[in-house]
Amino acid sequence: MAGMVIVGAGECGGRAALALRDLGYGGPVTLIGDEPHLPYERPPLSKEAMTGESPAIKAIASDELLAERSIRHIHSVRAVAIDRAAHAVRLSDGSSLPYEKLLLATGSAPRKLPMPGLGGRCVYLRTFSDALAIRAHLSAGNRVAIIGGGFIGLELAASSRKLGASVTVIEAQPRILMRGVPAEIAEIIHKAHEAEGVKVLAGQGIASIADNGAEVRIALADGQEIAADVAVIGIGAVPVTALAAEAGLTIDNGIAVDGTLRTEDPDIFAAGDCCSFPLAVYGGRRVRLEAWRNAQEQGALAAKNMLGADEAHAAVPWFWSDQYGLTLQIAGLSDEGRSTVRRDLDDGAFILFHLAEDGRLVAASGIGPGNAVARDIRLAEMLIAKRAAPAPEALGSQTVKLKSLLAA
Amino acid sequence: MSDWVEACAAGDIDEEDVMRFDHAGRTFAIYRSPDDEYFATDGLCTHEKVHLADGLVMDDIIECPKHNGRFNYKTGDARGAPVCVNLKTYPVKVDAGKVLIQIG
Repeated sequence: MAGMVIVGAGECGGRAALALRDLGYGGPVTLIGDEPHLPYERPPLSKEAMTGESPAIKAIASDELLAERSIRHIHSVRAVAIDRAAHAVRLSDGSSLPYEKLLLATGSAPRKLPMPGLGGRCVYLRTFSDALAIRAHLSAGNRVAIIGGGFIGLELAASSRKLGASVTVIEAQPRILMRGVPAEIAEIIHKAHEAEGVKVLAGQGIASIADNGAEVRIALADGQEIAADVAVIGIGAVPVTALAAEAGLTIDNGIAVDGTLRTEDPDIFAAGDCCSFPLAVYGGRRVRLEAWRNAQEQGALAAKNMLGADEAHAAVPWFWSDQYGLTLQIAGLSDEGRSTVRRDLDDGAFILFHLAEDGRLVAASGIGPGNAVARDIRLAEMLIAKRAAPAPEALGSQTVKLKSLLAA
Repeated sequence: MSDWVEACAAGDIDEEDVMRFDHAGRTFAIYRSPDDEYFATDGLCTHEKVHLADGLVMDDIIECPKHNGRFNYKTGDARGAPVCVNLKTYPVKVDAGKVLIQIG
C-alpha cells in the first residue's frame, strides 16, 4: 500500500501527519524533512531560542508520539523529484517512495539579499540551526545589524537587546513593517524599539556590504557606515516551489492550489507557506500566507481532503508578533480596508478595525501590552468570517462588547 | 481534601467569561458559563504557559489568547492543535454570592 507522503516536516507537514491519524487513516504515513530534527514550531526561533537559557526545539510531536501514531519520519533527506505518472517521490538518498496522495508542505526560504560581499557573518533565520548560529553572536556588548524591519528582524532586535547587544535595524522602505501593518501600529513598535535603545534607520538603502571575517561593514546610501559583529538579513521569504515546478505543476506566487488545497494533479496537494490559494473571505483573491496558524490549519485541512473530503479553506488570516512586552495581532488582510475605526482598550492598547467600502469588516489590527488585544481580535476574526458590517460607532466604543455584535 | 478557597464574588464575572484568580503562589482561571454555572481550571495554557484569563470564552470552550489552543473548561479536555495536554480542573461551588474553589 502506497499511503500518504508528506514532503516538508515543519508546522504544516507535522500537523498534517498527525491529522491523518486523528481522522482515522490506517495506511502508511511518511513525513520527509530535510532538517535533522523532529517537526518543530518556528515562531520561538526569533524569541525563546535566542533568549532562553538552553535553546531547544519546541517539537510538534515527540519520537514516542510519532511511533505511537505509526508516522514514519525520514529526516535529513530532501525530496528531489516527483514522478507523477508512477506516483513516486525520489529522495536525495537515492531511494524512492510510492504515494497514493502527496502533500507538498515545503514551506518558504529566506529571500536572499542580492549583493556581493556577504560572508559568514551575514546570516538568515529559518531553521533551528540558523537560530543557534545567530545566538552565538548575541552576547552583551556585541554589535548586531539587522537588515529588514519586518517581523523576524524586529523580534530578533528585541531578543538581542534583552541579551545586551547593541542593535541597528536598517529598512529600505520609508517605515518598518510596511507590508500588512498599519502605520499607526508600526509607529508604536518603532518607538518601543527606540526606547529600548535600538537604532532604527528607515528609508535607508544599502550601497555595499563587506564581511572580512572579523566584522561586517555596511555602507548606507547616505554615506553612513554601520559596523557589526553579525548582520542578520530578514527581507522576506520566498515559497519553496522547485520540486513542484519541475513536476510540471503550476506556480503562481507559490504552488497554485484550489480552495481545497489541491493542485491540478488530483493526487497532489500543497499547504502552508509554499502554496497560493483563493481566500474565500475576500471573494477568492489568491494569496499566499507565511503564518504559523495558517500552516497548522492548512495542514489539517489538506489531510482531510487527502482522505476524500472536499472542504474549502475558509479561515481568516491571523498572525501575531511579540516584541518586548508588546503583542501585535492582526486578523484579516488590512489592505482590503478603505477606512478605519479605532477602539481604545485599557493600558494603552488599541485596535484598528478596517472596513471595506460597503461597510463590511475586513480586518482588525491590534497592539498592546501582553495579551490585551487578544480577545477582541479573536472576536473581530469571527465577525470578519461572518462578513459582518457592524456599525462603526459600536466598533469604536469600548462600552459596546464585541461579542454582542457577533450575535447580531 | 483541602479547604475551599474564596475566589471572587459571583457577580465579578460576566456570563460566558473568565477571570484570573491567584492563590498561594498558584494561578487559576474561573469561568462563568452561558447557563450561569461556575468552573475553575489551572490558569496557564498547557502549550506555552500563557494565562487563559485573557482568552475568549465561547459556550463551554476557553481559547488561549496567544495561539488559540482550545479547552473545554468544564472538563479540561484539550480540543486540538496546538494543545495536546488537558487542563486540570477544580471543583467549584457558589455559596452566599461567593465563588469557592477546592484546590487539591
